[in-house]
This record gives sequence, C-alpha cells and structure tokens, in this order.
Amino acid sequence: MSKKLLVLMSLLLVVAIVITGCSTPKPEETPSETPTKGKKILRTNNSSEPGSLDPALAQGTHESWVLENTFEGLMKYDADGKVIPGMAESYKLSEDNLTYTFKIRQDAIWSDGNPVTAHDFEFSWKRALDPNLGAFYAFQLYYIKGAEEYNSTLKPGTYPDPEDDTKTITNPIEPSELEGLDTNGKSEEEINEMVYQKRLAAALENLKIKALDDYTLEVTLVTPTGYFPDLTAFYTYFPVSKTVVEANPEWAKEPETHVSNGPFKLVSWEHNATIDLEKSETYYDTASIKLDGIHFDIIEDENTAWQKYEGGEYDILATLPQAVAAQMAQEKNPELTIGAQVGTYYYNLNNEIKPFTNVKVRKGLAMTLDRQTIVEKIAQGGQIAATGVVPLGLVDETGKEYRETVGSLLDYNVEEGKKLFEEGLQEEGMTIEDFNNSNFVILYNTLEAHKKIAQAAQEMWRSALGINLGLENVEFQVKLDREKAGDFTISRAGWNGDYSDPMTMLDLWWSGSSFNDANYNNPEYDRLILETKATADQTVRFNNMRAAEKILMEDMPVVPIYFYTQPYAVKPNVTGIHKLPLFYPTLAYADIQ
Amino acid sequence: MKKYLLKRLGMSLVTLWAVVTITFILMHSVPGNPFAQEGKMPKAVYDNLQAKYGLDKPYTEQYAIYLKNLLKGDFGDSMKSRVETVNDMIERGFPVSARLGLQALVIALCFGPALGALAALYQNKIPDYISMIIAIIGISVPSFIMGTILIQFLARNVGWLPIAGWGTWQHTLLPSFAMALMPMATMARLMRSSMLEVLGQDYIKTAKSKGITKPAVILKHAVRNAILPVISILGTTISNLIVGSFVIEKIFGIPGLGRFFVQSIYNRDYTLIMGTTIFYAAILIIMLLLVDIAYMLIDPRIKLTKEGR
Repeated sequence: MSKKLLVLMSLLLVVAIVITGCSTPKPEETPSETPTKGKKILRTNNSSEPGSLDPALAQGTHESWVLENTFEGLMKYDADGKVIPGMAESYKLSEDNLTYTFKIRQDAIWSDGNPVTAHDFEFSWKRALDPNLGAFYAFQLYYIKGAEEYNSTLKPGTYPDPEDDTKTITNPIEPSELEGLDTNGKSEEEINEMVYQKRLAAALENLKIKALDDYTLEVTLVTPTGYFPDLTAFYTYFPVSKTVVEANPEWAKEPETHVSNGPFKLVSWEHNATIDLEKSETYYDTASIKLDGIHFDIIEDENTAWQKYEGGEYDILATLPQAVAAQMAQEKNPELTIGAQVGTYYYNLNNEIKPFTNVKVRKGLAMTLDRQTIVEKIAQGGQIAATGVVPLGLVDETGKEYRETVGSLLDYNVEEGKKLFEEGLQEEGMTIEDFNNSNFVILYNTLEAHKKIAQAAQEMWRSALGINLGLENVEFQVKLDREKAGDFTISRAGWNGDYSDPMTMLDLWWSGSSFNDANYNNPEYDRLILETKATADQTVRFNNMRAAEKILMEDMPVVPIYFYTQPYAVKPNVTGIHKLPLFYPTLAYADIQ
Repeated sequence: MKKYLLKRLGMSLVTLWAVVTITFILMHSVPGNPFAQEGKMPKAVYDNLQAKYGLDKPYTEQYAIYLKNLLKGDFGDSMKSRVETVNDMIERGFPVSARLGLQALVIALCFGPALGALAALYQNKIPDYISMIIAIIGISVPSFIMGTILIQFLARNVGWLPIAGWGTWQHTLLPSFAMALMPMATMARLMRSSMLEVLGQDYIKTAKSKGITKPAVILKHAVRNAILPVISILGTTISNLIVGSFVIEKIFGIPGLGRFFVQSIYNRDYTLIMGTTIFYAAILIIMLLLVDIAYMLIDPRIKLTKEGR
C-alpha cells in the first residue's frame, strides 16, 4: 500500500508539473552578470519594470532612466548639465515670443538607419496628444497651441460621472456638427463616432505643430514660455520614428522592433528581470560616448540591490536604503554623492476645516516645527531643511540659485509660534482643550520614513503648543482619495518638479490646480501665477513668482518640511556620472577605468 | 466516482464564477483608481485613460464585457503596463514561480515528513528536540528575514551562490530553500503529532507482537496512516507554492507571478487583480480536487459509494 501512496504522491507532483509546464518555454538562460568580454558595460539597477519604453507613454523615472539613454529630444543636457541643441542644430524664436522654428540636424539617424526628420517630431507630438492613445503625460505638451483642446476632445454620448457613479454626464451633439455628415440609416453609436472623428480632425487642424520641410519644425505656443526649449529635452517630447510606428503600433514591446535615436539602443528586455542597451552606431556624436553598453537589472528591493552593489555587481546604484545612505554620509564614504533634486516634502493643512481656516493657527504650526532636527536626526538621507516651498536646484532670471537669493521664508521660533497659535485659536473661539477634543490626525501613507517624521512632528507640536494630534496611516491610494475628497486635517505630501522653473512648484497651489489638496484660495496669488504664465519677460516673471511665494508663506496653506535630495553610490573606478536636479544620475557620459 | 467527479467539476465552475463576481465587486468598492497618483492630473488626461480602459462605462456593462472576454480566455490589458497583457504576465511569470515552488515542494516533502516521523519515533529525545527546533524556526522566522539571512551568509559572505536575480539554476537555490522552510516545518509538526497518535494504536502493537521488524512496522503501518494529514494540506501548499511568493520574489529579484498578487492591488490594476485572483482560484480548485481524489484512493475509510454513505 505504501507503494500506492508513493505513486499517488508522484502523480500529484507530475500533474502539478504538467499544469505548470505545458505552456511554458523554459526560462531563458540569461546570466544576470552580463559577460563584459573586455567591453565597457555599465551595470546598475532600475528599481522597477518600465510600463513602456515608448517615450509618449512613459510616466516616471523607472521608464525615463532607460529612455534618456536611448532617445534624444530637440534639445539635450550636456555633460555639464547645460541645455544644448540635440536633434535640433538651432532654433529661432519669433518676435511675439510664441513661435519656435527648430532646424533639425541632417546627421541625425534612427537606429534602423533612416534619417530623423521634422515629420517624425510632428507625428510624435501629435500622437502623444491623441486622446485615444491615453498618454498619461500628454499634459506636458499643453504649452503648444491647440494641444489641450485636441487632447480634451470628447466623444458624444452619455457616461457615468467619474466623480459620482450614480449620476451620468451627457455630451450632446450640436446640430451644426451634423452638417455634411451622411447620417441616413446610421445607428446612434455610429453617428457619435462620426461626430467624434469630425471633432478630432477639427482639433488637429488647430494644433500648431508643423513640419515645414524635412528639417524644419514650427511650433506655436499658447503663451510665451521661456523654458520651452528646456522642455524639449523632457521625455514626453522625445521623437519616435513615424515610419516604424505607423507600420507596427506594437514596435516598443520588443527589442527587435524598438527603434530609437539616442546614444544607446535597446538590445534585450527580459520583463521584470533585465534590460540591456548597446552603444548605437548611428548616433551622430558617438565620439563622446565611452561606454559600449548599459545593463539594468530590475530589482525592486532596495536592500537586495544594495547587497549586489556591495558585492561588486553594480557600478552605480541610484536608490539607496535610507539606513545605508545615513551611514555612508556619516562615514563620509567617497562612493556616496548627495545628488541635487527639485522637490519638496510638505504637510497639507486643510484650509476649510476650523481652526486651520485661521492663518495664525497655520503659521503657529509651521513656526514650531524644528526642520533641522527632522532632517538631521530623522530623515537622515541628506535632505535639506525647507526654507520655502520652492526647493533648491532652480535658477532665477540672473542665473543665480533662486532659493538663495530669496532666502528663508520660514522661521523656527517656538515662542512666537505659540503666541500666534493661541491667538488664532482664540479668534476661532476655540481653546487648546477644544482643539485636543477634536481628534485631529496627521494622515500619511504607510511607509516607515513618513511615520517617523509624523511622530516627530506630533511630538514637536505637543511640546511646543500643548496640542495632541493623532497619527493615521493609510494605504497610498486611500490617502489620495481622502485628500481629493477633503477628508483630512493634516496630510503628508510631496512633489518633485518636472521642469526647471519655480513655477513647477508654485503652480500647485493656485485655486484651479488639480493638486491643490489644501484647498488654498487667494485671488492675489492666483493673479500672480496666471500673469506669470502669460508673459515671457523674465524680470516680471521672477518678480511675480517671488511675490507669490512670499504670499504663500504668509498664508501658510501648506507646511514645507524638507527639500528632497537623491543620495546615490558610484564605484571609484567609474567616472563621468553626475546628477542634474530634475533627472536621475546621467549615465550616457560615464566611463569605466 | 464519475458522477462525483462531474458534480465536483460543476461545483468548481460555480465557485470560480463566485470568485470572479465577488472580486469584481470588492475591487471596485475600495477607494482609489489605477490612474491616481500624487501630483497634477488634468481632467482630460484622466478621462482619456478611463475611456481607453473602458472604465467610463457603467459597472454592469464592464462586468458583462469582462465575463465575455473571460470566457474567451482573455484577461485583458494591464492598466499599468503598455507592454504586456495580463495573459502575457501570467504566461511569463507563472513558469518561473512554479519552478521555484516545485523545488520548494520537493525540499519540503523530502525533509518535512521525515523530520516529523523522526521526532515522533524518538519522542522527548535529542532527535525530537532538534527537529522541533528546526520546525519552530521554520514556522516563526518570516521568509523575508530568512531570505535576507541566506543572502548575507551564503551569497555575500562566502560567495557560493548569486545574491539575487534570475537565469541559472544557482539562482533558484536560495529562494527555493527560503520558500520551503515554512511548509516543511508545518509538515514536520503535523507528521509528528499524527505519528505519535498512530504509534499508540492497537494495530501497531498487534503488528509488533506479530514479530514484524521495526522498520517494516513503521514504514508499512505507521507512516502510511500518519501521512494522511500531510496530504490533506498538500492541495493548498502546492497551490500557494507554485503561484509564487511576493516577499521571496521581491527580495531575490525574481520575475515571477507572486509579486503581481500584491502589486496589482496597490496599483489598483483592475484587470491584473482579476486575472491573478481567478488564476489562483482555478489552481487551488484543481489541487483540492486532486487531493480529494488522492485521499479517496489512499484512505479506505473514505468511500463515496452508496454503501459508504
């Protein structure tokens, strides 16, 4: 009988193997340590799987770190971090500061050997804005005239209201839209589709991106935007090959069909495991590229990645576990660089809930937070105590660091803060006791680092103001939901800028912003922001932005805590890696000794 | 037997349908959505994404479309990846997770019951203590700690095995072992207690008094009966092991299926949540069915004939 048992057990195993094995090609034997064979391959870790390697569809650093090495925009950043012409050899700006005419370089070649033309750019940008592509970062192109309108084109019909599922929204057809359409015998759905196509065509007509010839691209903007050339170095603006994409919409899925125009090209992509890039022979400036290739592992666990770096399997590691960064900083380890970053970590105060409606209460809270202690003793990753909402890494109209010329707009003064806070409470007809009985909480998404900072803030406010705040951690999505619904009193938030101008931060808090979760509303602030957006005069712009930030820090709808930094580690034998504030460390110009 | 199987199969389909429906309802009732993130999101972009993935339709319509596609075996597009469909992710991830899981299963099956039997035979003696210490460690040390310890000692310090990643058979050893510990320990404990019970039974005494050799008594009479509880947990154990472990796959950087179970929920990647849940449910149902059949054949006390009832 025990024989029978054995047979059955093995049967069970075999069945399991058959189920698991029948549809399965054996995992490819791809050693994670790429054999270098005397070639200079830079090895690193990209901490999560890219959702796509199509520039139009990318939406974060896990994609852009690969894309920035495989594609190049009209402008690019050189080894010193200066914006220089890339695919464009030059550009002209019209008198009214609205129309840019880019001359595309004639020696720009796709990795499949075809020339990069102005038509590729026209095609790529229009494609990214096509509402049917559903590109997340399409709004990065809204600077262009007609872009937002085209991307917002609606299909006629009735839909559930995204804000409230029990309601529906109807997008009607205007009678004039049916002119010239043959609707005889067509179903409602077919007519809707016809009108939608007509709307799209009309919107596309008004989208001001035009290739004048093979090497001239003309773009007209909505308002003068001094940093538009810089923006063309951002990945949503990268071109894709018109011929390739039209022939095969699935081109970006496999390395064999992936065509790019940057210093490297994609040669292999094992999903969730590895990505390999190889130096592109068709790139116009191969002379300044020393590496033969870049190997990315895709390992999500920071500690595992760190162990691989320590074990000599990586040349650079861009995300370090917090404890490791703190220890390396303390030991003054030469492999560590505290990279600059454009980002601010802050607390939203709900400006619509009493007593946070009172400016003195908000300022009192901001004044009694010891930011220096938070960055030195708690965050410990080289972060910098915030001195305003606009972080370091942005320059003003004179080319100087914006933050330094403006100086600190935040004080740490317990006495003054306590006085303000108590006055504010009194104005709202509340006592400390009332405040404590209201059971206000600091809301944060579940993460050890956020928890520690929330605990520190809780304690600082308790000892300075005598108030008791609770802590509440929720899952990230729940936090976002509650912030949008205004269901919070204090909540943790953070924002990393996506272009090199203080507006990338200040834009968040005007009343029409989709990220104004604090519900701040000051007409004067709105006026300054909208005026800044409408002018190209740098002096006016920066004067306005400085005034706006000052107003914001007077009203204190949000409490800035620290400016983000990005600590990263590089092996001593690797040179040429540097970090620009808006980007992950730049790999293209690296060299291995 | 045939009738029983048909009935079970019918029940399985109903169960699967219930899983699909309940998951669908639960998934849409939790806060959040696949496109939410910290930062700016113009309404037009959000609307375009909703429309692209059919989320702008009423739930009933979404459900009907989903069921229709499911019947064709199509789990849909992932809302986070523009590269792989949910079917692609399962087809690629499952073999990886299954390979690790089966290796872990073999390790657990080789050592778990043996340790348990050994402990029972030498009750309250040194072998018993040793096996039970191993079992307690296996049950109480979480796999992420075990994984990290294994990486530190066997990979970092002595360099016998690769730290993490996927590709060669060496890459599979540490994660398989880390995964095997828990089921191995569970099996050992189950085996020990059921073996102790069996050893006290009259028929063992009878067998012994008949003069059968000790090894024969143990193998033929004791083990055979004592192993039944271990087999009864085999269905869930195998299904759990072959679909992969989020923690192990994260620590060892393994491109398997396990990570999607947790990630899809964090990301509110609706199609992937549905796909992984249904896939896991199907595997679990098949395994439980197989275990029941195995049980039926091994244990003469379980009868499904009319007289047996």
